[in-house]
Amino acid sequence: MKIPFRYIVRNLAVRKLTTLFTAAGMGMVVFVFAAVLMMSNGLKQTLVQTGSKDNVVLIRASSQTEVQSGVSRDQASIVEANPLIAVGRDGHPQVSKEAVVLITLPKRSSGIAANVVTRGIQPVGLALRPQVQLIEGRLFRPDSNEVMVGKAIADKFTGAGLGESLRFGGREWRIVGIFDAGKTAFSSEIWGDRDQMMQAFRRTMFSAVIAKLADSDHFDQFKAAVENNRQLTLEAKRETRFYADQSEQIALFINVLGIAISIIFSVGAMIGAAITMYSSVANRIGEIGTLRALGFQRSSVLAAFMLESMALALLGGVMGLALASTLQFLSLSTTNFQTFSELAFTFELSPAITIQSLLFALIMGLIGGFLPAIRAARMKIVDALREA
Amino acid sequence: MLLFFVRMSFRNAFRHRLRAALTTLGIVVAILAFGLLRTVVDAWYAGVDAASDARLVTRNAVSLVFSLPLAYKDRIRQVEGVQTVAWTNWFGGVYIDESNFFPQFAVDVPTYFSLYPEFVFEPNQYHDFLRDKRGAAVGRKLADRFGWKVGDVIPLRGTIYPGNYPFVIRAIFEGRQRNTDTNIFYFHWGLLNDRLEQLAPGRSNRVGAFVLGIDDPANAGPVSVAIDREFKNSLAETLTETEKAFQLGFVAMLQTVVDAIKLVSYVVILIIMAVVANTMAMSARERTAEYATMKALGFTPGVIRTLIALESMLLVTVGASMAILLTGPVVAAFAKPVSAFFPVFNISVETRLLQLGGAVAIAFMSALLPAWQAGRTKIVDGLRKLV
Repeated sequence: MKIPFRYIVRNLAVRKLTTLFTAAGMGMVVFVFAAVLMMSNGLKQTLVQTGSKDNVVLIRASSQTEVQSGVSRDQASIVEANPLIAVGRDGHPQVSKEAVVLITLPKRSSGIAANVVTRGIQPVGLALRPQVQLIEGRLFRPDSNEVMVGKAIADKFTGAGLGESLRFGGREWRIVGIFDAGKTAFSSEIWGDRDQMMQAFRRTMFSAVIAKLADSDHFDQFKAAVENNRQLTLEAKRETRFYADQSEQIALFINVLGIAISIIFSVGAMIGAAITMYSSVANRIGEIGTLRALGFQRSSVLAAFMLESMALALLGGVMGLALASTLQFLSLSTTNFQTFSELAFTFELSPAITIQSLLFALIMGLIGGFLPAIRAARMKIVDALREA
Repeated sequence: MLLFFVRMSFRNAFRHRLRAALTTLGIVVAILAFGLLRTVVDAWYAGVDAASDARLVTRNAVSLVFSLPLAYKDRIRQVEGVQTVAWTNWFGGVYIDESNFFPQFAVDVPTYFSLYPEFVFEPNQYHDFLRDKRGAAVGRKLADRFGWKVGDVIPLRGTIYPGNYPFVIRAIFEGRQRNTDTNIFYFHWGLLNDRLEQLAPGRSNRVGAFVLGIDDPANAGPVSVAIDREFKNSLAETLTETEKAFQLGFVAMLQTVVDAIKLVSYVVILIIMAVVANTMAMSARERTAEYATMKALGFTPGVIRTLIALESMLLVTVGASMAILLTGPVVAAFAKPVSAFFPVFNISVETRLLQLGGAVAIAFMSALLPAWQAGRTKIVDGLRKLV
């Protein structure tokens, strides 16, 4: 015989202020917990979505990032000749040889300089990245000092708006367009003409080579062909993998820090729940006696109080999660310390995070409510009724 | 009278042993967590705090990734106010695998270490390091982390500079102050340059950054401007700032994360305020009848309020003192696992003071509502509950 759920919920409604306080404490913990997961999820989403599965990024072996890599013209030509690479409509292999440099720009909000990725490309570079859409202005003209900037850069950096000019590499670069690459790392980049950039920065080598495979399944063959070739000192990664690897450390860092904080906090919240439930038991000794006298089992009383504590926690969890979901409208940017460059990302809520946060809340309720519920269940009927 | 107050509050505070214990535990956790979070934020700024205003850093104006020609050193030295010019390159090598990250710099040894008196060497070890071109000097913290000893060979795999670089540890240096970062690996810039001359002549004789000693820290501004003017419109324009500002630039990179931690550390105090206020509200509600009795006996509302306030302050005092005592050992326990991220991990005086401040805030806030409610209790209502 179970105690009806309505009775449990009504008990919470009796002491509104106490219930609210306790739920708010738990809600804050869930908020922090969810926010951390959303942050690292947002980072991962940004970097995973950046790449396409068909594209392969080639950088100098063990250089880790495009900025540190160097690929000579001879090596790039050898790669280009590989028969596994897709051929475009113009009959040329779909290979983009790019120059990637970092420049410092001051942020609009703080005036503090941050490192921004500047990518020199040729038209084929655009063809390999269909997710890049022009939203304002026009594309830069080949072989000119024109550039286009990603949306996150235009929004967040001083002098990076349409029609303005940036000065780097000893030249003025006119911004003629703004592009949006959705929630990808490209939205935090500046794109311009490759050869002009290489001249300005006095580079003789490309930074990276991006090749589109005719058949995505042939990646392993392609990788073997590149990495076993004695003339090449390159490593090949799928573009998706390449960008995912770049977010690994910062996502791990945020996760470790955040989860540690959440766990420390949850102790506080569980204590809050335990105190609330203990007093709830103390206030209702007479009721407990009555319930037992009516023939409800000890186990039913235990379950009722456990459920009450969990309902309390769930209320907190929903409150915290509701608050955390409003974070999705915020856009953050930080420096990814693996690539040393600016990266804009958002808080991303996912069904998995929703479930994890609510589970986290329920576990808090379970642990916090356990001892008080045991106490309620162990009462002797006679003593309990005498109290009433 | 005062003694009466204290005794009364004390008895009341610990009347519900379990509840008092739980509340105290909650306060301990909160203040401890707060102290820990503040220490993390401090550790973040440790590099900035340890940096000097008397040293300048000159780097490529485009960004740190670009180098400067070594030839600049003579022109920099001629700038009024510059005394010493040292130079350094970030090596960014990998020791066994990426997870063993630690900073490695190729430096011009004699000039560089003359600028950094905070690194303390044994004279004969320093001498060995100076003489051996394949030698390396490592900080005490780093040596302890991997159990290295003088004479060990440490192989590093270059990422920015391809190739394998075996080094022999010739010196292990100590930090002069508690906040000196000794999680660093130094070797001879000359060795790196020789390798580049052979492999990639185009990349040789380039410097990542110049570190300058100046005669008077007050001149940092004009000297920086003079240096940058010297190289204006050249192929590699420079950006010169104090070492402190330079370090601050790194902290600013992860500003978002630092701000989040700061915010969270205050949220934890708020949570616990809610918990303690809740406890106090409960005990006040339970004792409405008692307050009414006291009022009927002629105690003024003020006295009753004071009693309740004292009660919560007692709980908080016990919890806070425990937490403040515990912070030291807990931080010490955390210092080792996070040493790769935060080579300097100490509790600052400011953190201690803020912990006290937090405790006072919790006590005050948690006493406010119940004290006010109890003071307002009407005798009649209160006594009605006694039936």
